[in-house]
Amino acid sequence: MEKMSRVTTALGGSVLTGRTMHCHLDAPANAISVCRDAAQVVVAGRSIFKIYAIEEEQFVEKLNLRVGRKPSLNLSCADVVWHQMDENLLATAATNGVVVTWNLGRPSRNKQDQLFTEHKRTVNKVCFHPTEAHVLLSGSQDGFMKCFDLRRKDSVSTFSGQSESVRDVQFSIRDYFTFASTFENGNVQLWDIRRPDRCERMFTAHNGPVFCCDWHPEDRGWLATGGRDKMVKVWDMTTHRAKEMHCVQTIASVARVKWRPECRHHLATCSMMVDHNIYVWDVRRPFVPAAMFEEHRDVTTGIAWRHPHDPSFLLSGSKDSSLCQHLFRDASQPVERANPEGLCYGLFGDLAFAAKESLVAAESGRKPYTGDRRHPIFFKRKLDPAEPFAGLASSALSVFETEPGGSAMRWFVDTAERYALAGRPLAELCDHNAKVARELGRNQVAQTWTMLRTIYCSPGLLPTANLSHSVGKGGSCGLQLMNSFNLKDMAPGLGSETRLDRSKGDARSDTVLLDSSATLITNEDNEETEGSDVPADYLLGDVEGEDDELYLLDPEHTHPEEPECVLPQEAFPLRHEIVDTPPGPEHLQDKADSPHVSGSEADVASLAPMDSSFSLLSVSHALYDSRLPPDFFSVLVRDMLHFYAEQGDVQMAVSVLIVLGERVRKDIDEQTQEHWYTSYIDLLQRFRLWNVSNEVVKLSTSRAVSCLNQASTTLHVNCSHCKRPMSSRGWVCDRCHRCASMCAVCHHVVKGLFVWCQGCSHGGHLQHIMKWLEGSSHCPAGCGHLCEYS
Amino acid sequence: MAEGENEVRWDGLCSRDSTTRETALENIRQTILRKTEYLRSVKETPHRPSDRLSNTESSDGLNKLLAHLLMLSKRCPFKDVREKSEFILKSIQELGIRIPRPLGQGPSRFIPEKEILQVGSEDAQMHALFADSFAALGRLDNITLVMVFHPQYLESFLKTQHYLLQMDGPLPLHYRHYIGIMAAARHQCSYLVNLHVNDFLHVGGDPKWLNGLENAPQKLQNLGELNKVLAHRPWLITKEHIEGLLKAEEHSWSLAELVHAVVLLTHYHSLASFTFGCGISPEIHCDGGHTFRPPSVSNYCICDITNGNHSVDEMQVNSAENVSVSDSFFEVEALMEKMRQLQECRDEEEASQEEMASRFEIEKRESMFVFSSDDEEVTPARDVSRHFEDTSYGYKDFSRHGMHVPTFRVQDYCWEDHGYSLVNRLYPDVGQLIDEKFHIAYNLTYNTMAMHKDVDTSMLRRAIWNYIHCMFGIRYDDYDYGEINQLLDRSFKVYIKTVVCTPEKVTKRMYDSFWRQFKHSEKVHVNLLLIEARMQAELLYALRAITRYMT
Repeated sequence: MEKMSRVTTALGGSVLTGRTMHCHLDAPANAISVCRDAAQVVVAGRSIFKIYAIEEEQFVEKLNLRVGRKPSLNLSCADVVWHQMDENLLATAATNGVVVTWNLGRPSRNKQDQLFTEHKRTVNKVCFHPTEAHVLLSGSQDGFMKCFDLRRKDSVSTFSGQSESVRDVQFSIRDYFTFASTFENGNVQLWDIRRPDRCERMFTAHNGPVFCCDWHPEDRGWLATGGRDKMVKVWDMTTHRAKEMHCVQTIASVARVKWRPECRHHLATCSMMVDHNIYVWDVRRPFVPAAMFEEHRDVTTGIAWRHPHDPSFLLSGSKDSSLCQHLFRDASQPVERANPEGLCYGLFGDLAFAAKESLVAAESGRKPYTGDRRHPIFFKRKLDPAEPFAGLASSALSVFETEPGGSAMRWFVDTAERYALAGRPLAELCDHNAKVARELGRNQVAQTWTMLRTIYCSPGLLPTANLSHSVGKGGSCGLQLMNSFNLKDMAPGLGSETRLDRSKGDARSDTVLLDSSATLITNEDNEETEGSDVPADYLLGDVEGEDDELYLLDPEHTHPEEPECVLPQEAFPLRHEIVDTPPGPEHLQDKADSPHVSGSEADVASLAPMDSSFSLLSVSHALYDSRLPPDFFSVLVRDMLHFYAEQGDVQMAVSVLIVLGERVRKDIDEQTQEHWYTSYIDLLQRFRLWNVSNEVVKLSTSRAVSCLNQASTTLHVNCSHCKRPMSSRGWVCDRCHRCASMCAVCHHVVKGLFVWCQGCSHGGHLQHIMKWLEGSSHCPAGCGHLCEYS
Repeated sequence: MAEGENEVRWDGLCSRDSTTRETALENIRQTILRKTEYLRSVKETPHRPSDRLSNTESSDGLNKLLAHLLMLSKRCPFKDVREKSEFILKSIQELGIRIPRPLGQGPSRFIPEKEILQVGSEDAQMHALFADSFAALGRLDNITLVMVFHPQYLESFLKTQHYLLQMDGPLPLHYRHYIGIMAAARHQCSYLVNLHVNDFLHVGGDPKWLNGLENAPQKLQNLGELNKVLAHRPWLITKEHIEGLLKAEEHSWSLAELVHAVVLLTHYHSLASFTFGCGISPEIHCDGGHTFRPPSVSNYCICDITNGNHSVDEMQVNSAENVSVSDSFFEVEALMEKMRQLQECRDEEEASQEEMASRFEIEKRESMFVFSSDDEEVTPARDVSRHFEDTSYGYKDFSRHGMHVPTFRVQDYCWEDHGYSLVNRLYPDVGQLIDEKFHIAYNLTYNTMAMHKDVDTSMLRRAIWNYIHCMFGIRYDDYDYGEINQLLDRSFKVYIKTVVCTPEKVTKRMYDSFWRQFKHSEKVHVNLLLIEARMQAELLYALRAITRYMT
């Protein structure tokens, strides 16, 4: 066979010539096929069946095979194929299920040779054996493939695919006996022509019908398949299991696929619907077609390379009733029009982008990036040597790295590793986490933890020392930080200032304002809408004026509606350090949403912690009873979590969610929670913090998240006798028909939990082993090993 | 009473969590009790004119609530809800308020109630289906209860319908229901119209639109023409129709929206066929599904009025029609025999090509004249007719004038290759869902026929499917249309033809007179085939026009 093809090459040695051209047919074409001399092409369709000669400048109609008085359905062709060994032999598949062969050597006008009416439904595909003169294969809608010997009147053998309609059949070019068939349900089968009883191999190649397949002309065992799922896949069939080598994603369902001669990785495709172009792909670059032919005005139904050893001529037939010859050099190349540019963020804030080389070179001459305001300043530009892509498009890759000092994500990793999320009382968790945050210099977060603890833990447990310490500290550093707060922090900052200023002479104020900061996110924003530059003394004055009144009102809980009364107390004197994020516009926006909360609800809320603070400092035990339940704060806590999440600190949101558990979960809708969880887990995994991410998954209550841990976890079991994997069931081996896992205690097969000793590899039912080892320390199998069970 | 208190929230009942359901029910109970109290207090105080007005209004509201409760007590898949709502109704009754009772005989007028699965006695798989359906719609409609004869299909059907109506899609929710109303109204299907009027209002649709298509936005009015042609003569759809919709300046449809609309239209056209074909009764909580009259007063049935003149038909069933059991037994035997013959002698008797072609033409032409003798004019119920114009335009028109239906060849444009790709491109995932549904409907079989088991029914199913497509002028090159004549007898053809083309004229007599020995579940199976084949035929024509427009 190898010799054969060589011979053909020699025959076709004369160089093919021609140009891109097309001719009009009378009717839409369904399929085309080329004669082996590369000089004639046959076009078949519902109402057309003609042979055209391919000449230098044009197509010339040579023969009309559609003869006879009445149009017959036998002539309505779904497919046509020209024998590659015999120039006179053609076969067509008719839509009514008939397979017809044609002999051009017949002297009469009617060239019809034989008629096989064995298929019950439409025949989708016919295929001649590549080297055998008389063997024809057909695949039909009825699910059967039939092999005909043209010297006999009926089929030699019938192959039942047992999986719906056959869409394509193709003889292997290299293996004499093998053919592939594709099916409507997505399967591909490999058959041996001598064994009609069952297929050699079957696998699911596509989701939905597989419309076509093609064997690679050179590489033995490479099969390309195209399906309705818009994919072209290349399979290696030489291995034990069909292996997907390449996958090309097209924009429409793939109707035909044909390997390009002499180009190992190229194949041509056309589509069934919507898209009229023919593409030639390099399977190694599956995103942009190597070439594109745009001549047709309706879907292309048939494609064929003109000569099996010439890669530059492609013929195509289309529903728009035209036949085309495409020259590769006239093809449009989408690559030329594409922008070879890409941008990607690295995990640690690095930024890389690739751009056309010419573009980068031109710009770097002018050095526009160095001081460009569009790029953050801490990025340092490092030019990599240009990386050419397979000679088609060349682009330059640039990488910006963050300055070592500004490594922004360190805190994330530290926090993730050191936070305690469960296993201790809430108060301890909060304290621990607050401590961690403080040590990492994230004071706002630390403060939040302290607040949470105050809100949710019984006040009696609070160590007063800690609090007073904070107060003192706050007093000392309050002033100097004035200018660097963001708005969120500013208000409490300001408040604390006023408060502290005053508190020098007035001890009472401390008690009033201790931890009412629970409302800081909502209320004070209200006040501050005028802008971030409100002078401190303006506020100061304002607050001073109202404060006494407030203090008088508080114990009675009256007039909570008046915002003025309550404003000062939102300020939180405990706040001693402030995260130095620069004030940005987003904070202003945040404020806009908050006022509605601050109306009545939040005000009442803000009164509550004050009571607790009274009790803390033992100012008034009488008020202790009127303390509001933590439920009261849930709205605020929820808003706070949303705030953190929106700021990008999903870590905080999830950690709080886990630590507080039931206390807040019901207030936040499931989807948001799930969203937070998944983003946090995603981040953790990108930082390779597998342990932490696992812990988070485990602690999450959202069902979608917690099942992450259970998905795609497979335990493979090998048989203890033959060492082969046990695929179907875990306890009995298919090969040696032995039960693999016997319980050493009861000698029955273990089908559920199996526990075994890692020392002697004996084991059995979990309960049995447990019981056994309670009484004895030796292995129940009697091997003498001293097993341990922990 | 404050407006907010009147609002009853039913959605809590759809939850799978029994405690949530319980609290929701408790809330409903409270509201109803409050309303009753209020009504009683109003009654006792002397009337002022304005009071009386609000009185009737609120008693209307209460009645609606009670009807809904009644529906729940019968049709909720959750036992606790059924029991509790019944309990609430009882306690209301004890307070001296008149409570409703269901009318009619179960979900279908054609199928005796005892044949249909009772809510509460379903198996685990069906229960899951019911719960899904209930969670999605807040009700378990009669269609579902009839389709549950074939749970495999029902699952796919509900999934598709849920996706079409509630999931991501190019059209806003109220548009979807409105299009459903338009489509159902083409066949004067008051059942579907009522259901979707409720849903339409529920998702915030403008009640004004319901006064007629001319009150709806221009964009939807433009769709009217397509709706009309698609329902009755889909082969007349051309790319000009499509172009007209896509290029209407500010009222233009986008391609994706159009595909969504087309899928909805075809879905509801065929669902209307099912509704009439299986004689689906009005929902308990809708008009005509319940009555507040005590049972003894009259046996006057509202559903018969709203749905046409069925009660008259049923009276007319004369004794001559009642063929003896042995006769109908022979029917099944004969059918089996014919199938066997066809299977065997298919290869021997080879019809010529011309004959095959003419057989198709004959079948197509004959299908036009297959009609029940009693096709007097039916004036549609008033409330439905306002949803569409041009009542005169129907399938009947074409058959009387013997218009030529051009032949559509499946081999050139079929659902699997072309239709699917187009739909999935413009309205992702729906192509897949519909494809699955077609597949299940076409391949569904239990290998039984009436009292026989282990029968290969594929030939019969294919004949039914192809006969319907034949009526729409769709031809399969590889099918011998002579088989249809052998397998489908005249009364069956009449039924198919009526259900598919003029479903509003289906009568119980037609339903009873075909395949007399077959089980009801098999007749429902036939209906599934009918509606899916019809939907595919309409889709094929519409999608081909869209494809032509695009190329």
